[in-house]
Amino acid sequence: MSVTDLAAKIRAGETTAVAALEHSLSVIAERDGELHAFVEVQTERARERARTIDAAVADGKNPGRLGGVPVALKDNLCQRGTVTSCSSKILEGWIPPYDATVVTRLMEAGAVIVGKTNMFDFAMGASTENSASGPTRNPRDPSRVPGGSSGGSAAAVAAEMVPLALGSDTGGSIRQPASLCGVVGVKPTYGLVSRYGLVAFASSLDQIGPFASTVADAAELLEVLAGHDPMDSTSLTSPVPEISAHLSDGVQGKRIGLCTDLVEGSDPEVVAAVRRAAEVLAAAGAEVVELSIPELRYGLSAYYLIAPAEASSNLARYDGVRFGNRVDGVDVTAMNTATRTAGFGDEVKRRIMLGTYALSAGYYDAYYAQAQRVRTLIIDAFAKAYENVDLLLGATSPTTAFEIGSKVDDPMSMYLSDVCTIPTNLAGHPALSVPFATGSDGLPIGVQLLGPGLSEEWLFAAAAVLEGGAA
Amino acid sequence: MSADLSPEEVLKVAHLARLELSQDEVTKFTEQLQSMLGHAGDIAALDIHDLAPTAHPFGLINVLRSDEVRPSVDRDEVLSQAPKAVDGRFGVPRIMGEAP
Amino acid sequence: MSLPEGWNMVVGLEVHTELKTATKLFCGCANEFGSEPNTNTCPICLGLPGSLPVLNEGAVELAIRIGQALFCEVRPSSFARKNYFYPDQAKDYQISQYDEPINAEGHLDLPDGTRVRIERAHLEEDTGKTTHLGGSGRIHGSDESLVDYNRSGVPLVEIVSGPDIRSAAQARAYAAELRSILIAAGASDGRMEEGSMRVDANVSVRRGPDAPFGTRCEIKNLNSLRSIQRAVEYEALRQINMIEAGETIIQETRHWDEDSGKTSTMRSKEEANDYRYFPEPDLVPLAPSAELIQKIGAALPPMPAQRRADLTALLGGAITDAQADHVLSVVESNLDRFMVSAVTAGAPATLAIARVANELSAQLPKAEELPEADFSALLLLEHAGELSATQAKAVLADLVEAGGGDPKAAAVARGFEALETGALDAILDQVIAENPGEWQRYNEGDDKLAGFFTGKVMALTKGQADGKAVNTGLRSRRG
Repeated sequence: MSVTDLAAKIRAGETTAVAALEHSLSVIAERDGELHAFVEVQTERARERARTIDAAVADGKNPGRLGGVPVALKDNLCQRGTVTSCSSKILEGWIPPYDATVVTRLMEAGAVIVGKTNMFDFAMGASTENSASGPTRNPRDPSRVPGGSSGGSAAAVAAEMVPLALGSDTGGSIRQPASLCGVVGVKPTYGLVSRYGLVAFASSLDQIGPFASTVADAAELLEVLAGHDPMDSTSLTSPVPEISAHLSDGVQGKRIGLCTDLVEGSDPEVVAAVRRAAEVLAAAGAEVVELSIPELRYGLSAYYLIAPAEASSNLARYDGVRFGNRVDGVDVTAMNTATRTAGFGDEVKRRIMLGTYALSAGYYDAYYAQAQRVRTLIIDAFAKAYENVDLLLGATSPTTAFEIGSKVDDPMSMYLSDVCTIPTNLAGHPALSVPFATGSDGLPIGVQLLGPGLSEEWLFAAAAVLEGGAA
Repeated sequence: MSADLSPEEVLKVAHLARLELSQDEVTKFTEQLQSMLGHAGDIAALDIHDLAPTAHPFGLINVLRSDEVRPSVDRDEVLSQAPKAVDGRFGVPRIMGEAP
Repeated sequence: MSLPEGWNMVVGLEVHTELKTATKLFCGCANEFGSEPNTNTCPICLGLPGSLPVLNEGAVELAIRIGQALFCEVRPSSFARKNYFYPDQAKDYQISQYDEPINAEGHLDLPDGTRVRIERAHLEEDTGKTTHLGGSGRIHGSDESLVDYNRSGVPLVEIVSGPDIRSAAQARAYAAELRSILIAAGASDGRMEEGSMRVDANVSVRRGPDAPFGTRCEIKNLNSLRSIQRAVEYEALRQINMIEAGETIIQETRHWDEDSGKTSTMRSKEEANDYRYFPEPDLVPLAPSAELIQKIGAALPPMPAQRRADLTALLGGAITDAQADHVLSVVESNLDRFMVSAVTAGAPATLAIARVANELSAQLPKAEELPEADFSALLLLEHAGELSATQAKAVLADLVEAGGGDPKAAAVARGFEALETGALDAILDQVIAENPGEWQRYNEGDDKLAGFFTGKVMALTKGQADGKAVNTGLRSRRG
């Protein structure tokens, strides 16, 4: 049942929010012991909320576009009165005194928040193994990773624990787990969804986005979240794209570029899936051309300077003074050091140090400033490509889900798995992953569609076509 | 290709970031950071100095809010999350040295 | 004070001023001094995870006013993060402006005619406040510190002068003039004692006016005009003594101690933080329109230099040094409007400036609340002879204390009975009529009888008549 149908049935009294929630809770009870998608399930709070929704419906009131629909939140989204820990020891048990804007919008739309999902220590890493509470497992094969850093949210949707979940994407953290788990994951245009209340990793790259099992459901959620927020200075004021309204537009007359730079180097079965996706789009009336944007290959290096640099600054506030788990010291500096040393995992420390170095005196121009120039290079290269095509097609992840534990000691190879997703974050463009194929290993393969800024309408329309042609 | 990052520099950077590293960690991190910076060498060499660095992907400017008071947050709620609260303030161990 | 033969000093000042906005720079918390700790705070100014800054347009307007008042170029600008760890810095970085400040390349002319360049005047956020427990209450030796973030995020403008100041007196004059300008522009209340204006001085010395600059030291947190002058003087002499003794000056930051009258080491600049400035990704650039900049400039009230010129003109142009000092102090204390309105009402400029510079300014800050019309009316009474100088001063004190009032009523309350000229005339006529013999003798030239008549008038008015006015009245009746 689609989210739209579920919401409609609840509004019509054919089913209830309580029933929808209890179904969620029972699937969680059955599978989450093994999968560990959730770090916290808000059973009582959600039940009370579901009852409120049902009472509103009984009263003849409209509960909202997502009235009664269960939703999960990645644990880097602030929800007042409950723990937001970012799967990190330093924030373990921290209760924010305010709601993220996306949480407020979900509440206004009548959604029922079921709980918080597992992620990496401050969203850094690529396998949800760097979580303070232990790894999440891929619902399609629990010996494997779900991807990350929004692994918990992807798994929650893939395991049908909830129809909708929120994640965050800085270099691919929504799209990559979506591909590995076989669900839809979207990174919207930068600034389309407010970042107020999202615990910051890399401010100029982070975006909150939806996970769902279908393109249509993802569209519903994104439209609820999107739109200008005066609490976020980088929030766009342009009108929100009318995604649902254009979902069935198809791709007739559209030009789509199969971007070889986003395919080569991937596993053969992934390459094959992308090529077959191109055929599906062509069969649906799009003109598919092959092109190369060689500048994209510099994206990885630029990202691994910009993101850690911004993160090193964003994570400075975790000093044990105002919040978080303090480890005492003889003086405040010793306390700061002891607190951060104990509270951050290795990956976080590595990135903080890399970022601090890239910004430091004498190195700023060669590293950080140069990376920001590469960003301009990539933005210009994309702009040139989009003069010829409406959308780009590529792989989301070069591989299918790998085994838990297999990459932990090799940070570089984990970084390389972001190569297809990173360029869009650098450009601020939207992109999504659609489940499209299954590998011979039985594991999901997603393909990625990319578009220029605010192109969500035809991006989702093309995704719907691919969804229809998926194997 | 590896960057010239010495263990001394790693320690300096760790101090700037308020992180304490064990000897093993210094060695490990020096190696890993050298490798990551080495990869960054591919862009260091690019001749793009005439390109303007991008700070924001879209050219937003002049985002302002009116000078009107909005409700502050409840002090008790915030202090309930403080590692140490004393008389309505945040307690910290003694501070050595003046602010920059 | 002068330096030993052949020595020069070079001084630049950095002034941080809090802006008089209703709210903080990046959030809607009240910008208010003296509230209960941590009651004007929110996720943004507490630096809680997930919070984001949004720029206050009122602060931008005041920053532009300051730039205009200092003849700066108001430019498109952007924000940057200055990264360092300190408990009063909620995010452990400060949002400031680095490469692209909102105002640059202006100047400030001192009353003595010296032009001091203004390199930049940019926006940044203030920190919270720490108090230290245990020990002496100062940082060193305390066991624990407590942090209040009410001040965290309050808007500041940092004004950096060029190294153009050449004496301790000039340093003081610069700070005083800048303060006047900031108050006149409505940007700041200039209360150094409350910390809303903070001055740091960079001081170096050299042998002769054309020698290259020496190594400089920074003296932080000077809290009054007097400390600025004393500290700069002390530091210049300290450096000269060291150099003459063969020692090298270390570039460092020093702390001024008002009680001992000395500067002492705080920390060496060599260990200075690496602030790792980079563009603030949570804010977008600022590009005020030419229209807005022009509008703000046009709406600026007259600045101190203009107001001093206006007072000088009212005094007739060529004024004495003492009058010039009065003009300076009257504008500096923001009381010149009293003089201008009194003169407009008909009071003599010399009287007006004396009363403002001497009596009114002695009663600051309450004097600011006195309605100008009341002050003018009082001066007119004095000028007309209805009150003596002593009486007028007493009445002025009462009026200020009461926050205003009718000067005549205040005089009556004091028992001065400021008499109408008409009332004095009537009494004088009555006394003359009652004493025809004496009147005849006075008329014929017996001047000593003036005292007789004055005595009679005084008896009738219970001593409230102005002796001079009585004499004038007698002489005019004599014809």
